[in-house]
Amino acid sequence: MAEHILLRHRDIPGIDQLNTYQKYGGFEALRKAVTSMDPDDVTNEVKHSGLRGRGGAGFPTGLKWSFIDGNKWPHYVVSNADESEPGTFKDREIMEGNPYQYLEGVAICAYAVKAMDAYIYLRGEFWQIAGKLDQCIQEMEKAGYLGDKLFGSNISIRLHTHLGAGAYIAGEESALLESIEGKLAQPRLRPPFPPAFGIYGKPTIVNNVETLTNVPAIISRGAAWYRTIGTEKSPGPKIFSLSGCVNRPGNYELPLGTTFRELIMDHGRGIRGGHKIKAIMAAGASSSLIVASEEALNTPMDYESVPNLGAQLGSASVIVIDDAISIPWLINKTVHFFAHESCGKCTPCREGTYWMRHLTERISSGQATMKDVELLHEVASQMKGKCLCALGEFSIEAPMSAIERFPAEFIAVTSKPNA
Amino acid sequence: MPAKNMVHLTINGKPATVPEGTLVVNAAKMIGIDIPVFCYHPKMEPVGMCRQCLVEIGRPVIDRATGKPVLEDDGSPKIQFSGRLEISCATQVSEGMVVLSNSEKAVRGHKDILEFLLTSHPLDCPVCDKGGECPLQNLTMRHGPGTSRFLYDEKCHLSKKYPLGELIILDRERCIQCGRCVRYLANIVDEPVLCFQERGRSLQIFTDSQPGFDSIFSGNTTDICPVGALTTVDFRFGARPWELCATASICPHCPVGCNLAINERREARSDGDIVIKRIMPRQNESVNEIWICDKGRFAYHYAESKERLKQPLVRREGELVEIGWDEVLSYVAENFKHAGKSLFTLTSGRLSNEDLFTLSELNNGLGGKSALYTHMAGGDLVAQLGVGKGTNLSDLGKETAILVVACDLHQEAPIWWSRVKQAADRGAHLVVANPRRTRLDRYASQVIRYPYGSEAATILAMVNALSAKQNFPKAPKFQGDAGVLKSAAEAIYSAENLIIFYGSEGLGLEGSQALAQACANLLVVTNHVRKVNNGLVGVWSRANDQGAWEIGFRPLPNLSEAFKQYEAIYIAGADPVADDPSLAETLRNAGFVVVQDLFLTETARLADVVLPVQPFTEREGTYTNGERRVQRFYPGVVRNEFWPDYAVTAAICKLVGLNVESAPLRIFSKLAARVPAFKELTYPLLAQVTEQWPIVGREEVYYGGTLYANHQGLGAQLALPSQVPSLAWPALPEVNHPEDTLLAVPVTILYDHGQLVFRSTLLHQRIPQTLVRLNPADANRLGFSDGSRVKLQLNGSPLEALLNLDDGVPEGIVVVPRSLGIPLYSPSVVELQGA
Repeated sequence: MAEHILLRHRDIPGIDQLNTYQKYGGFEALRKAVTSMDPDDVTNEVKHSGLRGRGGAGFPTGLKWSFIDGNKWPHYVVSNADESEPGTFKDREIMEGNPYQYLEGVAICAYAVKAMDAYIYLRGEFWQIAGKLDQCIQEMEKAGYLGDKLFGSNISIRLHTHLGAGAYIAGEESALLESIEGKLAQPRLRPPFPPAFGIYGKPTIVNNVETLTNVPAIISRGAAWYRTIGTEKSPGPKIFSLSGCVNRPGNYELPLGTTFRELIMDHGRGIRGGHKIKAIMAAGASSSLIVASEEALNTPMDYESVPNLGAQLGSASVIVIDDAISIPWLINKTVHFFAHESCGKCTPCREGTYWMRHLTERISSGQATMKDVELLHEVASQMKGKCLCALGEFSIEAPMSAIERFPAEFIAVTSKPNA
Repeated sequence: MPAKNMVHLTINGKPATVPEGTLVVNAAKMIGIDIPVFCYHPKMEPVGMCRQCLVEIGRPVIDRATGKPVLEDDGSPKIQFSGRLEISCATQVSEGMVVLSNSEKAVRGHKDILEFLLTSHPLDCPVCDKGGECPLQNLTMRHGPGTSRFLYDEKCHLSKKYPLGELIILDRERCIQCGRCVRYLANIVDEPVLCFQERGRSLQIFTDSQPGFDSIFSGNTTDICPVGALTTVDFRFGARPWELCATASICPHCPVGCNLAINERREARSDGDIVIKRIMPRQNESVNEIWICDKGRFAYHYAESKERLKQPLVRREGELVEIGWDEVLSYVAENFKHAGKSLFTLTSGRLSNEDLFTLSELNNGLGGKSALYTHMAGGDLVAQLGVGKGTNLSDLGKETAILVVACDLHQEAPIWWSRVKQAADRGAHLVVANPRRTRLDRYASQVIRYPYGSEAATILAMVNALSAKQNFPKAPKFQGDAGVLKSAAEAIYSAENLIIFYGSEGLGLEGSQALAQACANLLVVTNHVRKVNNGLVGVWSRANDQGAWEIGFRPLPNLSEAFKQYEAIYIAGADPVADDPSLAETLRNAGFVVVQDLFLTETARLADVVLPVQPFTEREGTYTNGERRVQRFYPGVVRNEFWPDYAVTAAICKLVGLNVESAPLRIFSKLAARVPAFKELTYPLLAQVTEQWPIVGREEVYYGGTLYANHQGLGAQLALPSQVPSLAWPALPEVNHPEDTLLAVPVTILYDHGQLVFRSTLLHQRIPQTLVRLNPADANRLGFSDGSRVKLQLNGSPLEALLNLDDGVPEGIVVVPRSLGIPLYSPSVVELQGA
């Protein structure tokens, strides 16, 4: 097993203590950035590393930083620790096991975009983690890694944690900003994007926890080193949250471009109870269903290859579905989730998820005909491309792909009406 | 405003040329193409929630190397479509854009979204108040699917009657979560008392204020609600919109002069008589845009009050008894003729220009004396320095300074408050000068706090701060932050435009006249006179106070003296005894007293003759608003048993042998011939309309709301005299406020105990009881708490009131709202005791 870059606590016990983290080179990247690099150099280094956002969209991180509007002040950094995608549990492990590397990444980002304050938005259920981060932030302040006059410079950086109140949509970056502002978590109309109009209308960089945890390593060891990991267009390590019908679910830090087969069969030790793999959801509940063919299993997990399977890598929360799972049951679950989590701001998502929920409920309980399945597909395609944010668009991925790729299962549940 | 670059595009093949920055949905509207919308409203920023306004948008392909458009083989520019539908409400036009709202894809998109909206909608149009003027209904007919694929049993069922407040009811099943109401309240009038709660299909409108829906603009949300979710208790289940006639009118309650439409119909319930069903706003972008306040919308019920006078009354053996019109008019005429020069007429800005002019004809004919019943002066200066023709608060932005002094616009002229606030939002430099905190403060660039009594001195100090530039004689000593004053004065001096709103907070006649003069000086020395978007505006308490000043009426400091002095007293549209009970005794002993009013007022009870008249809803006339715009109103309800004020006065005139006109059009022509400011005005001119943006009205109900378009006239502004008045040094009134005493100051509030509003039971919950406001520190010192009953020792007579604590009130001050039961004309030392 290669060295962990993000999940370093697995190699170094006690790295969640400040002195241990320091002993293993902690805060050297921040020191290097603040004392010997211009903010723009930091951004450029991240740009050259090819780091892409790990929250799901895969947007080049350095490029995003370079978009910050230099004519409006102050700037802010917001770190998205709302980790709510079903099947994603990577940020939690980072924050619990390796918090200082993450916080150092947040601070470096703040330095790079000339922000004095950074907010960490955690989902409400992460209140214990928030307490831990608060403690870490205090320790860092005491040790002079946060606060005023960092490393003798004129730079001030402060971090703040903020707890959400339990809504999936708050993980959508513009809804998250609304939530920090004390408003109902509903996505904003874009453009303008956060680097121009973010929290309180000020330029804001929003990055995922895992993304920022990559940053100290990039600054310490350089972009060239970083590019030796992963693929050309998707460089770097990625934490794959593996769950579902596998023998050994969990987080696996692997280079981007590792195949599904390696993750599921080698690291995950194969399918439980001798069953056969049927489908893969690569991006949590927001995934379309990948038919688990040999070809699919051999596909590298990176931002370019997964779309060839009619799916997205997203936040790489790989949910494995075996032949014991009914596909109509599965999409009923995902649609219920989206109907419950839709913010209700835009019509197609509010009404569409509500409608789909009724349909999948009837279909999965055997009280529907094939006409209802067709209607479900139509309702889903009617939502497509019309929603205000990605939540609505993602909510149709599973049902549409399920009907298209697993038609036999729907024929089966509708052919013998339930008495 | 600077001219914008024009952008060329085509929409459904039709060419359009519109200013840069225009939204696609508006560009379409401008060339007569309707793109369906629900959440978008032309008065508000787009939010892109409802997704109804989907269009296909193509943009010219630009060659990256040359920067020039790529051409097709036929020489036309190559257009690239994005492949997905875009929302036209949040997309700005760009050069060469090709928009399709009628393509197969776009049409399908409109149908898809409507189908979604209707899945949760109860489709109870047959019993819905909005039916017939409902955007959802209309757009469904035009764009929607004919049938529903959603199972009826799966519809969500929610509360059909959820009172947000006592005035507005929410039907949660009908709500389509467009958020127009939430955004109107939060962004346009800054009364964010509605909000969304919950999420998904449970997303609902709630009110979080106490009392519920605590806004003075709540009715406007029912106009812009695109479904029947928000309804007023006034109109709920009252009538079907298509049964209603609409009559153009003008709101009689404040100096803004909001344009109204009176909706009426004949009803069996009223024996086939015409009944007013509701009051709606009518568009006038220079006056009220498309809004009105709740007072204007709901107070009209006094017109149908059973307490209205039905017959003339005459005093026989000490009692007022009914008498016929012919008899009473001869009786009055006889007495007036006998009084001759000893006739004293007291009237107010409640009456129209025609009424006032006819009154002045009577007075001038007999050589009597007249007076305007008001607590505020300075209308003569507004007549000389009023805002220039074409002034429109909606046009004001960065280049303009606005000074609001001695008034609380939110309470005194609500629509002005929202328009001044929006001008500040657009970057206008707002200076608010007031002794206590008002709502406008938070939008002000500078807030000047002066002590009560220093109103004029403060403004003169601003003039003085500019003296280096203007060489103006030195102002009297001013106590306060001279730095703020100076920077405010500099900003006002350098602004291209300056509009001053002055009021009567803590002021009587003398003080407000001095303040008006000080404001006039500031306008003159900074050269903001006789220009569009510049000038002086009086925040009067009545709709036509400015008109009364223009026609020549002036207030009298001592009414009691006049009541004693004159043989015959003719009071029309004023109730001085209600405001000051001490006048009762004088009036009881006065000569021949005639009171002309709608109700048997406190003053009328003491009269020898009482003459009933018509309210604004039953008659025609014109009002001159604070911006000196003369606007016509028309009779909505015809009731021949009553006469308008001008007709009553004209009949008296004829009987005393004066040759006067009795038809409003002719009265107005004569007025125009007699009063120079009215010279160019005629009734037909006042009835002219020009195109207004946004386009609203019945056909456009989906776009602007259910308010009415203006087909009956935008009115016209009075001319300004050609010479600029010279600077004058006003006598500064002294306010005696010894240390360790409390000073009672009069202020104006929206809902008071005025005899008209008080009769509209709808508003009763909003009308406070007799109260005074005090700083918590003073209350603490005196041992009072919020809600205590206190006794006021004011000029000897003790009065009881409720105590409200308000930290916006300066220490040592007792704020006494006018017309709430405590007579107070100007600041006066007061003692507070526990009751």
